Amino acid sequence: MADIIVQAFQQAINLITSGNPEVYATVYRTIYVAGIGTLLSCLWSIPIAVVLGLYNFRGKWFIKGIFNAFIGIPTVALGLLIYLLLSRQGEFGYLHLLYTLNGIAIGQAILVTPIIVSFTANALGSADSQLRDLAKTLGASGFRTNLILIRETIWSMVLSVTAAFNRGFGELGIATIVGGNLLGETRVLTTAIAIEINFGAFDVAMAYALILMLIVIVLALTISLIERVRNEDVSWSKLVFWRGLGGN
Amino acid sequence: MSVNLQLVDLTKKYRDVKALKSVSLELQGNKIIVLLGVNGAGKTTLMRIMAGLEDSDSGQILFNNQNTEPKALRRVSTLVFQKTAMFTMNVYGNLAFGLKIRKVPREEIPKRVEEALQAVRLPEFEKRRAKRLSGGEQQRIALARAFLLDSHVLLLDEPTANLDPNSAIIIEKAIISKKSSQRVIVMATHNLNQARRMADEIVHIHNGEIVEIAKPADFFENPKSEITRKFINGELDF
Ligand SMILES: Nc1ncnc2c1ncn2[C@@H]1O[C@H](COP(=O)(O)OP(=O)(O)O)[C@@H](O)[C@H]1O
Ligand SMILES: [Mg+2]
Repeated sequence: MADIIVQAFQQAINLITSGNPEVYATVYRTIYVAGIGTLLSCLWSIPIAVVLGLYNFRGKWFIKGIFNAFIGIPTVALGLLIYLLLSRQGEFGYLHLLYTLNGIAIGQAILVTPIIVSFTANALGSADSQLRDLAKTLGASGFRTNLILIRETIWSMVLSVTAAFNRGFGELGIATIVGGNLLGETRVLTTAIAIEINFGAFDVAMAYALILMLIVIVLALTISLIERVRNEDVSWSKLVFWRGLGGN
Repeated sequence: MSVNLQLVDLTKKYRDVKALKSVSLELQGNKIIVLLGVNGAGKTTLMRIMAGLEDSDSGQILFNNQNTEPKALRRVSTLVFQKTAMFTMNVYGNLAFGLKIRKVPREEIPKRVEEALQAVRLPEFEKRRAKRLSGGEQQRIALARAFLLDSHVLLLDEPTANLDPNSAIIIEKAIISKKSSQRVIVMATHNLNQARRMADEIVHIHNGEIVEIAKPADFFENPKSEITRKFINGELDF
């Protein structure tokens, strides 16, 4: 057991340092689909979240409930649905998005919508009502008041968008079903791991898994570091790296 | 001519709590009106309605003899909250916010902010993060922020509650210096001594009702209402 992990580690380092173009391409494709998917989703998710978070209307609790419910939607179920829509006989077959990276990106955009909507709407909704009153008593219009509340919760938004990216980055169902796991075309880290396991190449699978996790961890640490700088009045230039890690 | 604000039969209920029971009051410029009362008397509720942040259940507010809806009220009044709130900005950003909204010329803003900080004795605080300041400092920033707007109705909800006695005196002086015929100043407090020091007129509110309106001398020496007498003698629970 320990052997396999040590081997996998070496294999991972070999894979990363060997300059194998397919490895880099796979990493790039994974970042591309999750990145484009998340950005695309922001186009509609953030406005929906703003409406849900800052305005009151009848039936709002129900819509929020629906978005909450879909946060954990199984990716295979959504993948299947999108497959049917994008397949040649489907409504959107003419777009020829099946088995393409952009097809996966669109699927992931839909997948992460409930994450961005729910987290962002909650953050906006719980923005201190004192701040709303403050903006108003200082003369701000309703629109200006909303802008300031959005500004106050911008960091929560960054975190929800990051969570959305991570969800897309690590999902398998949509990438497999909509992307088809075509070598050199639509293979991403998760589908690469799945297929290497099928081949019995556990060490390669493990290597891909390590790369996947490494990227997720680096992203999370970067966000934490930015948060530290934001919260603590530490300027970037003064932020010695060990200090950032050491918590001192 | 001095500005005036008239409250006519204002009522406000929160579920089954009657926070205000038919409050009527006439307020004029060039005076400090102290709204005095124990905790829970209804001071904050009344201030929020005067600020246009909340609507009353019934009754009306007249500003310069014109019936004024909450939205219009917000254009002439500014409230300094009992619980201080700061935007996640530096002090300068917090002070400049209202000026930018009022379309004060850009090049004038830094000077006005600087003066406002002088007035509350926090010079050179522009770059400090507002939320990192002490409670007392934040309260002074909140006052400076309201002073800057030169509103016709200045509402101060227990503005010195978190301040040490020295800072409180500074703030009291700053508030008094804001007296003008073009400004109605209302300050809520539960502090009898402060009311005595500052008020041109004391309005005693208890259980959502005004029980006494009097000049400080009369209020303390010759109260008409039994409740006020008890309050002055410290026989009402806070
Ligand atoms: N938002 C609210 N919801 C329910 N009850 C409230 C609310 N605001 C005030 N009250 C109640 O109304 C009464 C008056 O409160 P308030 O105006 O804050 O008094 P004061 O400022 O004089 O201490 C209190 O009994 C308080 O509990
Ligand atoms: Mg109060």
